[in-house]
Amino acid sequence: MKAIEFADVSFRYEEGGPLAVSHLNLSVEEGEFVAVLGHNGSGKSTLARLSNGLLTPDAGSVRVFGQTVNEKNLFDVRSQVGVVFQNPDNQTVATIVEDDVAFGAENVGLAREEIGKRIDFALRAVGMEEYRHATVARLSGGQKQRIAIAGVLALMPKVVILDESTAMLDPRGRREIVDVVTRLNKERGITVILITHFMEEALLADRAIVMNRGELVMEGAPADIFERREELVTYNLALPHIGIICEKLRAGGMDVAYTLDAAVLAKEIAKCVS
Amino acid sequence: MRIVAEHLFYTYNPRSPFETAALKDVSLTIEEGEFFGIIGHTGSGKSTFVQHLNGLLRLPSSLKKYRPKKPRKGDVSRPKTVLTVGEFDLADKKTDFRALRRNVGMVFQYPEYQLFAETVAEDVAFGLKNFSEEKLSPEQIAAAVKAALEVVGLDYEEMKDKSPFELSGGQKRRVAIAGVIVTRPEVLVLDEPAAGLDPLGKREVMELLHKLHREWCKTVVIVSHDMDEISENCTRAAVFADGRVRYVLPPRELFRHAAELGEMGLDVPLTAKLCAQLEEAGVHVDCDYTTEDFCRAVLAAWREKKEGAR
Repeated sequence: MKAIEFADVSFRYEEGGPLAVSHLNLSVEEGEFVAVLGHNGSGKSTLARLSNGLLTPDAGSVRVFGQTVNEKNLFDVRSQVGVVFQNPDNQTVATIVEDDVAFGAENVGLAREEIGKRIDFALRAVGMEEYRHATVARLSGGQKQRIAIAGVLALMPKVVILDESTAMLDPRGRREIVDVVTRLNKERGITVILITHFMEEALLADRAIVMNRGELVMEGAPADIFERREELVTYNLALPHIGIICEKLRAGGMDVAYTLDAAVLAKEIAKCVS
Repeated sequence: MRIVAEHLFYTYNPRSPFETAALKDVSLTIEEGEFFGIIGHTGSGKSTFVQHLNGLLRLPSSLKKYRPKKPRKGDVSRPKTVLTVGEFDLADKKTDFRALRRNVGMVFQYPEYQLFAETVAEDVAFGLKNFSEEKLSPEQIAAAVKAALEVVGLDYEEMKDKSPFELSGGQKRRVAIAGVIVTRPEVLVLDEPAAGLDPLGKREVMELLHKLHREWCKTVVIVSHDMDEISENCTRAAVFADGRVRYVLPPRELFRHAAELGEMGLDVPLTAKLCAQLEEAGVHVDCDYTTEDFCRAVLAAWREKKEGAR
């Protein structure tokens, strides 16, 4: 089953302005983990907003589990496709964790008892059950983002989209979020679309796509995408730190494989040097 | 200006149920001319410390209402607190804090959120007008704004009348930094200057800071979570944990303490991780943990081995 399907989708924010998304064709299978990479302004956030009807395409159609997104099924679509945004402080509405997680579920009119169960489930899924009665304002950035994910999970979506949800976090917070979504994908079969500019995060995905000026320009297994580094640079994507080290060593004449795994690189170097 | 802190204590919400000791006897000296890093986990006291440097947080003895308490029986005697930035004595109530703020620029996290004026030129001029001793003429202000925008890499004529809100994220951050350095501070303190930017944006911001360090501000202090950023850029770094300073070392020595840093919830740079893994495999790489030096050391070891094999 295709979870999300873009058929020749175009969108612009202002009339006469540039196309934010241009003739995009993309489909994401149910249960897939897809990473979306792209420079600022490449259209990757627009893609997220088109996926759950926050934006409506100017041309083409967006289908979610087979149904074309329109005004009538908007709420249905949003309960299937949840989006977590960038800034943890902009996504919390209540002062207490459990109230915040319940917000979405309350809005779709679930029974009280059911909401209680959903909160249990969602907090457990993100590893925050101990914080049920904590004050949101006193949590760290990574914890707040996990609460935001829990709020989305309380609606039992089939797809979770993270729109640069790790950009404002410290390394520890970033790891927390990446661990949580990887688990959701592997253990619960939730389809994950991870929009990021950290290539290291994209490595965990089944498939990576690269956006540039509203177009899908590269697609494939993450490791293969990183091999095509000259191409990446033309799309204004910087190599991750480890990639730069590999490049420098290779430029110096050493025969090390191009890898983004530190343990592998260390072994390669050890092999050459000892 | 040299920054000297000795026996610095700070408690939030004292004598209340929310009392938290944020700084517990911090002593730290930052020399003039350094590109200094401050590392620490959330809640380690690092922000509390840097907010002292331009008097956003004040020592009790520098407040007008301060009256020294008569020592009572049972008081714990504390060593004397010293806090000076150049000639400014921050423990003294006679200190001119406005002059201090002119000389110590503070760039907060996500400074672009603090842009507020209608035009870029007005926004950058705001701090200048507020912190100057005498009233500046419009020409003087325009000249200073122009210089500040140009040093951060923005064209004055093109930018000055634009609304700061129609700029791109990277440009906004540059405008915000220009608004701080416009008073020509000798010391520039930045909290997570590269946070939230993509890898290219990060690189550009760090290049800008080096340029400012060369041409504009003698001392640069950055607070960062990114250990690669610290190892690539800083002369020395201080590690804060639980309100105390645990290490003040150049990156080369600091990141040998991977295990201890790990206990504090801190990482080491990628190069240090690679060195540690190589060490386990029996290969010693002696480098200062910058990418440049790491690659140099690895390539040198490799060439040496090749020579030996011949």
